[in-house]
Amino acid sequence: MGRGRAPALRTTAPPAHERWRPVTVSHSSQPQAKPTIVLVGHGMVGQRFLEALAAEGVTARARVVVLCEEPRPAYDRVQLTSYFSGVTPEQLSMTDEAFLAEHGVELHLGDPAETVDRAARTVTARSGRTFRYDTLVLATGSYPFVPPVPGRDSAGCFVYRTIEDLLAIEEFAKDATSGVVVGGGLLGLEAAGALKGLGVRAHIVEFNARLMALQVDDGGGSALRRKIEDMGLTVHTGVGGKEITANADGAVTGMVLSDGSTLDTDMVIFSAGVRPRDQLARDCGLEVGERGGVVVDARCRTSDPAVYAIGECAKAVDGMVYGLVAPGYEMAEAAAAAIAGTAAGEGFTGADTSTKLKLLGVDVASFGDAHGTAEGCLDVIYADSRAGVYKKLVIAPDGALLGGVLVGDADAYGLLRPLTGSVPPVAPESLVLPAGAGAPAQLGPSALPDDAVVCSCHNVTKGTIRAAVTEHRCGTVPEVKTCTKAGTGCGSCVKVLGQLVDAELTAQGIEVDPGLCACFGQTRQELYEIVLALRLTSFQQLLDGHGRPEARGGEGCEVCKPAVASIIASLAPTIGAGAYVLDGEQAALQDTNDHHLANLQRNGSYSIVPRVPGGEISPEKLIVIGQVARDFGLYTKITGGQRIDLFGARVDQLPQIWARLVDAGFESGHAYGKALRTVKSCVGQTWCRYGVQDSVKMAIDLELRYRGLRAPHKLKSAVSGCQRECAEAQSKDFGVIATAGGWNLYVGGNGGATPRHGDLLAQDLSDAELVRLIDRFLMFYIRTADRLERTSVWLERIEGGLDHVRDVVVHDSLGICAELEAMMAEHVAGYRDEWAETLADPERLRRFVSFVNAPDAPDPSVRFVPERDQNKPDLDILAGPDLPVRTLEGAPLS
Amino acid sequence: MTDVLTPNAPAATTTATGTARVEVRTGGVWAAVCAVDHLVPGRGVAALLPDGGQIALFLDRTGTVHAIGNRDPFTGAYVLSRGLLGSVDGAPFVASPLLKQRFDLASGHCLDDDTVTVPAYATRVR
Repeated sequence: MGRGRAPALRTTAPPAHERWRPVTVSHSSQPQAKPTIVLVGHGMVGQRFLEALAAEGVTARARVVVLCEEPRPAYDRVQLTSYFSGVTPEQLSMTDEAFLAEHGVELHLGDPAETVDRAARTVTARSGRTFRYDTLVLATGSYPFVPPVPGRDSAGCFVYRTIEDLLAIEEFAKDATSGVVVGGGLLGLEAAGALKGLGVRAHIVEFNARLMALQVDDGGGSALRRKIEDMGLTVHTGVGGKEITANADGAVTGMVLSDGSTLDTDMVIFSAGVRPRDQLARDCGLEVGERGGVVVDARCRTSDPAVYAIGECAKAVDGMVYGLVAPGYEMAEAAAAAIAGTAAGEGFTGADTSTKLKLLGVDVASFGDAHGTAEGCLDVIYADSRAGVYKKLVIAPDGALLGGVLVGDADAYGLLRPLTGSVPPVAPESLVLPAGAGAPAQLGPSALPDDAVVCSCHNVTKGTIRAAVTEHRCGTVPEVKTCTKAGTGCGSCVKVLGQLVDAELTAQGIEVDPGLCACFGQTRQELYEIVLALRLTSFQQLLDGHGRPEARGGEGCEVCKPAVASIIASLAPTIGAGAYVLDGEQAALQDTNDHHLANLQRNGSYSIVPRVPGGEISPEKLIVIGQVARDFGLYTKITGGQRIDLFGARVDQLPQIWARLVDAGFESGHAYGKALRTVKSCVGQTWCRYGVQDSVKMAIDLELRYRGLRAPHKLKSAVSGCQRECAEAQSKDFGVIATAGGWNLYVGGNGGATPRHGDLLAQDLSDAELVRLIDRFLMFYIRTADRLERTSVWLERIEGGLDHVRDVVVHDSLGICAELEAMMAEHVAGYRDEWAETLADPERLRRFVSFVNAPDAPDPSVRFVPERDQNKPDLDILAGPDLPVRTLEGAPLS
Repeated sequence: MTDVLTPNAPAATTTATGTARVEVRTGGVWAAVCAVDHLVPGRGVAALLPDGGQIALFLDRTGTVHAIGNRDPFTGAYVLSRGLLGSVDGAPFVASPLLKQRFDLASGHCLDDDTVTVPAYATRVR
C-alpha cells in the first residue's frame, strides 16, 4: 500500500546513518549483535510505529520482532464497519509482505505476549517462545468494555472490535431477526447500522440521555437521533441493560432494561466503550494510571526507560488515554524518534480530539471545547429540526472560537477546526448560517494561519500544503495528497485542500480558471447542465449564448467542440438531438476519428475494430474478418479488449470495408469514440471448472446494453466468472466478478500509466440489480465528470469520493436515480449502428473520399511495405517529418 | 511557395445559375476546386492540385473559405484537412488531428511553434 514510504515533506534532517545513536538500545550483552526491539501488538498504531522506525533508518540497524495476537497483520480498524459494505479484510490491510521483508520485520501472528521479565529483558509469548529485548514497545491497544450484565456470556453476545468479531456477527445474524446494541456512541451506531444491513431489526440502548454523548451536546444528540430513527433503527436513551435472558440452550432471547421493559432479541452487541489493555504492564510492575493506561512521558517512555507504550494502552503526559488513531500515530512517531535518537521538540503532549464522521449517512462533527466547559464561554446555535441540521459554536468572551458541534451538515468543519483557538475574521454566526440566510462574508481557507492543522489525521499544516505547491510544484489535489499525505486519512479536509491549492496557484500568478477552454468559462459538468436544462442541440447557440464574451460568434476550438459533441450525444434522446450525431453542425464538432467512424493512424490511414461482444466470435465471422483483411491488404492484430483491429484502410475504403462487415452481421465497435469500448470476459461457468456464473452471457448483455454510449472518456469493462478474476475486471471503469450469490460490482479501475484497482461498489447483486446499478453509475459519471476524465480520476476527485458515489447511486441520496435510469433506458432504446446508418445514406457517405475534387483517386501518400507477412506504413513516402515530433507541451518525444 | 495573401472573400453559397465554385490561387493562376456546397461549415476537405500537391480547404461559420497545405509538418502525414477548425480572437485555425498543433488558416503559421509555417493559399468563391 506504499504506507511504508516516508512522507516527502519532512523537516530536513541528517541522513539516517548519521542520526543513528543507539543510546536507548545499547544494552545488548553481545556488542556485535544487533540490538533488538520487540513490539507487542500489531494494530494501526503498531504498524505506524514500524513505518516510523523504517523512515528513521532504525530497521536497518536493529532486529525488530512483532508479537501480534490477531491472526492477521495490522488493518484499518477505523474503517472496520466497511467490511459490511463489501470491503474485504485484504483491502483493509495496512501492511504487506514487501514492507515487512524490506525492513526485516519478524512478525509473529496469533502469538500474543504473555509475560515480561524486565530484569532479564525478555518477553514470553503464548507459544512459549521467549525474546530478549533491548527496547520493548507496548502497543496493545484496548479491549471492549462489557458491562457486568447477568447473562452476558450467552450465545449471541458479541463485541465489536476485530475482523473476527465481525465475521462471527455476520454468521450469527443469518438466523437472527432482532438485535440489541448496547452503547450509542460511534461504534454502537455503526454496529446498529451493520445489523440493519444484515437484515436484523436493530435497537440501540444508550445509558446516557443522548447519542454520542462524548462528542455532541443535547441539541446535536436530538438531531442525530431523529435522523437515526428515520432510518428505521429504534433508539432507547437514558436506560441500561439489566439482564440478558437466555433459553435452555444458553442462547439469547431478550434483554431486560433498567426501566423494567423488555426487548425480545436474538443477539446483543456490546459497544459501551473501551478500556486500555495494560495487564501486561501491570503484571511486570510498570506504573499504571488509576483508571488504567500505562503511564508514559512525552517521549512515550514508561516508568522503565527501556519500555515504551503507545496508542490506546498508554496514558499520555496530559493524563489522557486517547482512543483515536491520530494521537496514536503521533505517539508512534514520538516513540520511534526517541528510539532513533532524533527526538526533537516537545514530543507528545496531548492531541486534538476533533472528529468528523459520516454515521449511517449523517454528518457528525465535533471539535475543540464542544461542550462549552471553558469559563464564560457562550454558544452560537443554528438549528433546523425539519432538515435535521444542528450547529453550535462555542465562543470565548474575547470572541475566539473554542469549539463546536455540527450535525446533519458538517461542510464547515474543514475550516472551523483549524480556526479553533483564534478569533475568526468574520462574525461567528456567519460560519454556521446556511448560504443565503444572511451569511455576510465567505470565509476562505486564506483566513487560516500557516501553522493551522488542515489534515488532523496526518497532522499536516497549511504551511506544509502551501510548500507542497510552491516548492514541490504540486498543482493538483492528488499531487498534494501524494506529497504530504494530507487528505489520505478520513478525507474530511479534501475540500479545503482544493481551495488551498487554488489559492496558492493564484498567489503564484498561475491563473486557476475552471473553464473548459478559451471559449467557455464553464466546466464540462456545467455545460452538461446547461445543455440539458435548455435542451440545446446546437454548438453555435451554446457558444454564442454561454461562451466567454470574446469567443462568441467564433468557431470554438479543438477542446470544446468534441466535448460539447459528446455532451449532446450523451443527451441526444433526452434533448431530442436524434440518435445519429454525425450530421449537420454536429459533424463539424467531431474529432476525425468520430467523423470517419474509424481510428486515424500516423500515416493518415485508419484502423477498424468491429464489435465482438464479450470477445465471443463464431468461426464464420472470424473467416469474414480474415477475408476482408486479406482483400484490402489490412494489417491485423488482436487487441487487449478481445477484438480484432484491422489497420491501413484509406478513408475512401472505409465504406467498402464496412459494407462487407455489416453484411456479415458486424457493427461498429466504437473504438474511435469516447464511448463504451469492450466488455471483456473469461469463458465462465459454461466451460471453466471454477466458474460460478455465466460471465460471457453477462458480458455480452452489458456490451449490447451500453454500446454507443458517449461519455467524457472511453469506458472499458470486464466480467469474470469467479474470484480468480481472469478477465481483470478490477482494472476496468466498471468490472463485474461473479460470486456464488450473484455479482460484485467494482468501479473506477484503470490500467495504463496510472493503474488503479476498482473499488467495490456493491456485492451479491442479482442480474437486474447489477444492470440497474451500472445504469445509474454510468449516467452519474457522464453527468458529473470533467472532459477526458476517466472514472478512476473522477472517483478520486469528486468530493466525498466512493462514499458519495455510493450514496447517490445505491442509496439515491440526491433523488436522481429514477432520472438516471430513464436516461439510460432512452439510450438503449435509441441505439442504432452508426455504420449501418452511414452506409444507408449517400449524403453521409460523401465525407469518405480522399479528395473532394477527385473522389475516385486514392491518396498517394498512404502506401505500405511488407513486414512479417503483413503490411506496415511506408513512412518514407511521407518524405519524413521535417520537424522533430513534439508533444503538446512542446517537449520533443524522445 | 506561399501565394501572396489576399483577404479571402466570403462565399455566396449559391448563385442564380447554380452552385458557386471555390477557387484557389496556386502557381500564379486561380484553379477551380469544387462546389462550395461540398464544404461543411466548420470542417475541412482535402483537394488534389494539378501538380499532385495536396491542399486542405475549410469553410468557417462566416462562409469564408480558407486553404493551406494538407501536409502536417510535425508528422509528415497529409491530414490537416481532417483537423478541427477553431478560432482564437476571431482568427480561424485548424488543429492537426495527429498531435494537435494549431495552424492559423490565413497565414499558415503554427500557433504552437513560431518556427513552423505551412503554405497558405488565397481563395475565392464565384
